[in-house]
Amino acid sequence: MKVTINGAEREFSGDQSMPILWFLRDELQMTGTKFGCGKALCGACTVHLDGQPTRACVTPMAAANGRSITTIEGLDGSVGEALKGAWKALNVPQCGYCQSGQLMQAASLLNDNPSPEDADIDQAMAGNICRCGTYPRIRAAIKMAAEGKS
Amino acid sequence: MSTLDRRQFLKVSLSGSAFALTAQLLPGRALMAADHEGGLSPSLFVNIDSDGTVSITCHRSEMGQHVRTSIVQVVADELEANFDDVQVIQAPGDPAYGDQNTDGSRSIRRNLTRLRQAGATARQMLRQAAAERWGVDIRECDAVQNVVTHTPSGRSLGYGELAAAAGRLPVPEADSVELKSRDQWRYIGKAIKHVDLDAVTSGQAVFGFDVKMENLHIAVIARPPVLFGTVKSLDDSAARAIPGVINVVQLPALQPPAVFNALGGVAVIATSTWAAMRGRDALKIEWDHGDNASYNSPEYMQSLLETARQPAEVVRQRGDAPGVIASAAHKVSAEYTAPHLSQAPMEPPAATARVSDGKAEIWACTQTPQSTRATVAGALGLEPEAVTVNVTLLGGAFGRKSKPDFSVEAALLSREQGAPVKVLWTREDDIRNGYYHSVSAQRIEAALDDEGNTTAWHHRTVFPTIFSTFNPAAMSPGALEMGLGFVDNPFVVPNMQLERGQAKGHVRIGWLRSVANVYHAFATQSFAHELAVAAKADPKDYLLKLIGPPRHIDLAAEGAEYPNYDDPLEAYPIDTGRLANVVRRVAEQADWSGKRAQGRALGIAAHRSFLTYVATIVEVSVDTDGRWKVDDVFVSIDAGTIVNPDDVRAQCEGGSIYGLSCAIGQITATNGVVDQGNFNDYKVATMPQSPHQVHVDIVESDAPPAGVGEPPTPPFAPALVNALYEATGTRIRDLPVPPIIATS
Ligand code: FES
Ligand code: FES
Repeated sequence: MKVTINGAEREFSGDQSMPILWFLRDELQMTGTKFGCGKALCGACTVHLDGQPTRACVTPMAAANGRSITTIEGLDGSVGEALKGAWKALNVPQCGYCQSGQLMQAASLLNDNPSPEDADIDQAMAGNICRCGTYPRIRAAIKMAAEGKS
Repeated sequence: MSTLDRRQFLKVSLSGSAFALTAQLLPGRALMAADHEGGLSPSLFVNIDSDGTVSITCHRSEMGQHVRTSIVQVVADELEANFDDVQVIQAPGDPAYGDQNTDGSRSIRRNLTRLRQAGATARQMLRQAAAERWGVDIRECDAVQNVVTHTPSGRSLGYGELAAAAGRLPVPEADSVELKSRDQWRYIGKAIKHVDLDAVTSGQAVFGFDVKMENLHIAVIARPPVLFGTVKSLDDSAARAIPGVINVVQLPALQPPAVFNALGGVAVIATSTWAAMRGRDALKIEWDHGDNASYNSPEYMQSLLETARQPAEVVRQRGDAPGVIASAAHKVSAEYTAPHLSQAPMEPPAATARVSDGKAEIWACTQTPQSTRATVAGALGLEPEAVTVNVTLLGGAFGRKSKPDFSVEAALLSREQGAPVKVLWTREDDIRNGYYHSVSAQRIEAALDDEGNTTAWHHRTVFPTIFSTFNPAAMSPGALEMGLGFVDNPFVVPNMQLERGQAKGHVRIGWLRSVANVYHAFATQSFAHELAVAAKADPKDYLLKLIGPPRHIDLAAEGAEYPNYDDPLEAYPIDTGRLANVVRRVAEQADWSGKRAQGRALGIAAHRSFLTYVATIVEVSVDTDGRWKVDDVFVSIDAGTIVNPDDVRAQCEGGSIYGLSCAIGQITATNGVVDQGNFNDYKVATMPQSPHQVHVDIVESDAPPAGVGEPPTPPFAPALVNALYEATGTRIRDLPVPPIIATS
């Protein structure tokens, strides 16, 4: 099967039931996408599958056949850059481990809704755990990125 | 560390910087110089290349507290190196650096002075080298931002041009090295952004899970579900049939004490993570669970409570609290319980080992490279010098990663397999096979006089001790744990008796962000609020009354052993004035007396831990169904001298939210097996549950630096339950706080 990762087409001929996460991490050596729970409970592994936020730890390779995946390594464009800029301006990450997933989830939110209210942010980000507790800064950075964009 | 140790340390570190300055230019001479100075050590904190590149070594583990930034701030400031151009080198585990165990909130409090000295020494040597080159007095040579200038003539030389000559100079005595005065600080005390921001936001940062190398094998392990359980029978045929599975290895059964050793069980080694996980799922293992299969949380909690109701060993005594209470007209008593917790760092434990030719190299997300080195050496029968421990970034740690068991597993498997092996823990592994925060029960009784003053306080604490992990016979908490918010009770109550009960450990008990302070502050600060209610007083005013006048508390005079976080009381007294100050400041910040909307209420708590004073106000709202939410959090912190105010803020934000997780999470066991396994049943704070903002007020102080990473956590849970009481009239004494609270 073929799958496009951050714009580059890749071949995959292995176990179709393997989650996308391990294709990225083990085979492509792209370790920006993180493992936090393996059960779609924490959001650390969030990627975009054809633009939709997707938990790579539970999504099998079969579901990626012929489709396009964006990971943190390929997060760019005006939304991606605005978010990364806001993340740095507000010194958001503590340990940083959850932040790939937070950024990918936040990018989906802003793609769908360029000026989210607090309730929209809560709803979109509820499944992304940060054990360091950077939630207040993530919220502020999403708003900053949204303002910078609008 | 004693003063003597510190002095020796400084010497090693100073000769180290001399060596480092010349290391790449004149190694032979550098070694001689170092020898001459009475200590041969690897290059330590400062390295300057002839091209002018300044490297600063961070010897502490980065786990979200931004120590890689703050250490560079300190050294670069005194060195007068341009912060933005400094390269940060992460130190491997080596005693030459001094203590590297990144816990106990001591990276800054134990290193600020010695790192300033390291930077200042190198700077002085660069100035000396320039003075000799020009034949002028060193006092006419100024070093500013990587350049030494001869002020009268305006001549200047870059650090790179001076590095070789500076490295040939004798290392100046510590007392001849002048440190900057505070008003000269360029980086210390400034909010500087984290050095790893670009790496983190682009997905390039390397954590323990992310280590890559040629021919790397991946292992996951089926560990005994009950501590000290053993494999009765194993059928690995289905596992071995899975494509990618290379080997199935039975690890030696763990014998008590657990210490930092591998837990045992059955490892599946594979070419990929997915194959290893599938292989583990396919194992058929029958376990012999052993004695700890008797561990059931509800019964165990009952036994802790019964112990808490019986007289126990007195650890601090003032006056006659039991006598006063027995004859008092007004008595208040309460029992508080708190469950086990799991640190649950976002990145579960992970370690890579390459063992060959009598040497071992480890790459791990460890808080403690030195004990990793020692424990791995012990497990492999090697000398510590044969083991190299490289420290990756840590995806959170909170105490879990100061236990090197996962590196030991990787080392044993790499030796067995003859190949590099990375051991990954899944979330279930982390939650079910942890080093748990201790489960606890406490009972407090008090007497009030007719004016509502508390005249006696009698408090008993019961919990299985951390020491049981190291000595299964240990039944009583040690002075260390008693000193975490229990014997150091700051209240001015005239009669006080504090006691510790006994309890047996059935799981590995470990430390979690602020350790026993979590449950001790929960009980003490909840009860302070209960007393205020009984006295019909304002809770903040009553808390201040309990804290009493500004004074230094002398615990020894009341029979208490108190380690004071291993720092001297002369430098870091228990200062009730500073505690009261943060209470007043947080109340002002939160507009304590101001009106709140219907269903909203405030709760307050204050606690000294790791030599730092924190007061927290939590504002909650509770809807008509009893569903509660934290709306706002206010923190005032006095941590003495601080290096990076934005990092202090971040720790107050994150430490408060970690405190919220501590209030809603629980680990329980049935027949010795932990009931929870992942974030569906082990609850941690999510974004919708967390405050939109944590308002942080930092007390400006030139007192010695104190801890920052842990102190914001303990006051959160009591401030929360106190607020919930104000909002609902329901008192939560047994954690976890349920999602819905009955309103009375
Ligand atoms: S690792 Fe995929 S959601 Fe947690
Ligand atoms: S920054 Fe550490 S888990 Fe989010």
